[in-house]
Amino acid sequence: MASITYEHVWKRFGDVIAVQDLDIFIEDKEFLVFVGPSGCGKSTSLRLLAGLEEITEGKIYIGDRLVNDVPPKDRNIAMVFQSYALYPHMSVYDNMAFGLRLRKTPKAEIDRRVKEAAAILGIENLLDRKPKQLSGGQRQRVALGRAIVREPAVFLMDEPLSNLDAKLRVQTRAEISKLHQRLETTFIYVTHDQTEAMTMGTRICVLKDGIVQQVDTPQNLYERPDNVFVAGFIGSPAMNFFDVTVVEQDGDLYVDGGTFRLKLPPEKAQAARPYVGKQVVFGARPEDIHDREFSPPGIRAEPLTATVDVTELMGKEVYVYLLTGKKQFIAITDPRTRARVGREIDVVVNMDNIHLFDRDTERAIR
Amino acid sequence: MVPKIMKQGRFTPWFYLLGALVIMTVFIVYPTIRTFTLSLRDKTGANWASADCVRGQPCWGIFENYRYALTDKEMLEALRNNALWILLTVPGTVGAGLMFAVLTDRVRYERIAKTIVFLPMAISFVGASIIWKFIYYLEAGARSQIGLLNAIIVALGGEPVAWLTNPKWIVNNISLWIVWIWLWAGFCMTILSAALKGVPTEILEASRVDGASEWQVFWRIMLPMILPTVTVVATTMVINVLKVFDIVFVMTNGLNGTEVIANRMFKFIVTNQGRSMAIAVLLIALIIPVMIINIRRFREQEAMR
Repeated sequence: MASITYEHVWKRFGDVIAVQDLDIFIEDKEFLVFVGPSGCGKSTSLRLLAGLEEITEGKIYIGDRLVNDVPPKDRNIAMVFQSYALYPHMSVYDNMAFGLRLRKTPKAEIDRRVKEAAAILGIENLLDRKPKQLSGGQRQRVALGRAIVREPAVFLMDEPLSNLDAKLRVQTRAEISKLHQRLETTFIYVTHDQTEAMTMGTRICVLKDGIVQQVDTPQNLYERPDNVFVAGFIGSPAMNFFDVTVVEQDGDLYVDGGTFRLKLPPEKAQAARPYVGKQVVFGARPEDIHDREFSPPGIRAEPLTATVDVTELMGKEVYVYLLTGKKQFIAITDPRTRARVGREIDVVVNMDNIHLFDRDTERAIR
Repeated sequence: MVPKIMKQGRFTPWFYLLGALVIMTVFIVYPTIRTFTLSLRDKTGANWASADCVRGQPCWGIFENYRYALTDKEMLEALRNNALWILLTVPGTVGAGLMFAVLTDRVRYERIAKTIVFLPMAISFVGASIIWKFIYYLEAGARSQIGLLNAIIVALGGEPVAWLTNPKWIVNNISLWIVWIWLWAGFCMTILSAALKGVPTEILEASRVDGASEWQVFWRIMLPMILPTVTVVATTMVINVLKVFDIVFVMTNGLNGTEVIANRMFKFIVTNQGRSMAIAVLLIALIIPVMIINIRRFREQEAMR
């Protein structure tokens, strides 16, 4: 159990900057997720902490201990790899016991810990098997088990679910969350999947091109994204963005997209006042655009007319791809919607949840 | 069920095999049978080997040449030496090859380093033997030594050593084994290095995170994972070493306790055909079991993929 400190950490591979000025404090028992598109430096950040890559600049602490020059074996960490990286020549039991044997843990203690971890993960009946005889999901559990028995200060997980099929992934996701609550240890988890990040993390660090975009709780990332990238990355389907102009009319502020004009609520209008007459980026999540007929009550709804391009029935809801002018955007509507391809439809935008971004800096206007 | 297209009657498959069968028969089957029959004949092949028997001496009838091959004093020396060659040079070459493979894997100038280690393989064995003969050269009674090794020893104030004509037979053999290891380590390195590259990096990283030192990573993870390849390389080396000839022939010609089976065979090839062939058959008989092990391991390895 330990906190983690990244202090202005840089990692360069030749001319390529993989991690740029990473500066985060991760509290003990936290579940921090590094998330971002491939090549954003999330795996490298984790590997720097594991000691599998050398830090170019900056400092990393595990607890109070500076670990820059500490080899991986002495960092008291356990890591789960994407490929699981099980030792193919050892049985499941030996795979899990390996780390403990290296530390000269007494035999009885090893046996107790391995059996306990196997029980937690439901793999007691597989202990004699070789990794080759296991399914993907089972291997994944063994990899987790190998980390658990070590009782490390920090768990590191590098895309541990990406080799599993969709159903198993959802199931294991919940199990890892449960494991975190049960073990009460710091977890650091790397994924490219924003859903995984949102569902598992107590805090999420969004990375892009080696630069931290925002570190925050899932709720805050969703509700108050700092910039266009975070807004577009978090949430599925992704947020709709429109290039609009802020205009003033009778003392009220509106965003004008050419084919539509929506009134800004007072608190948003206040922040947008310096932008009157200027172009900004207007963002609205698909879940905040409703079919007018089935619009939920009590929201500050502004109307908009659009042409239906495509509809996708998901069961409990419908994804409606709409066109306003040449701009396509998505709305999630009630399945009773009468949206028909090619027809016009009246939708409303929940203006309480919209976002405005500076066009040049892409930063949120608040 | 065999698909219809693959049912081609009785004749067609044999037709495809014809070329290979002809070549095999002419170049392998016939010479083997011929070697065996000649091993039962006398010096010139004119009579049965029993004609060489001397009255009052032990005689194995038509297997007289085998009696020689298995009981003669010099043949026993050759058999002993071949056994020692296997016991010492096989671990020597495989061990050195493994060491080079692991070490070169960790340096930036890997390709140059590997090329240098592999280079002796490119030299003809006879050429290499001559080079080493110079290195071991002893200028008897002289103060100035032109042999590299003795020159160094003398320069350091020591007495020159007879590396190849030492009264202690083991010294001469050790000198030869060093040449063999120098020649073959590069071959072992190349194959083992390829096997090491096949070990996924993540597994090595996992073991490091698990707490293994580099030494433990090697012994507990790398080595067990490439063990099938190590076995194949080792058995291949056993076969090669059983056939060892050039180095011994050029450097000592089997004198001073360095005789080996193949050199004996060569010695008799003109003077006593029967004996020579019997020794050849003995050599084949020793190699075949290793060959079978080798092929089996190779198949297992293939099946693992």
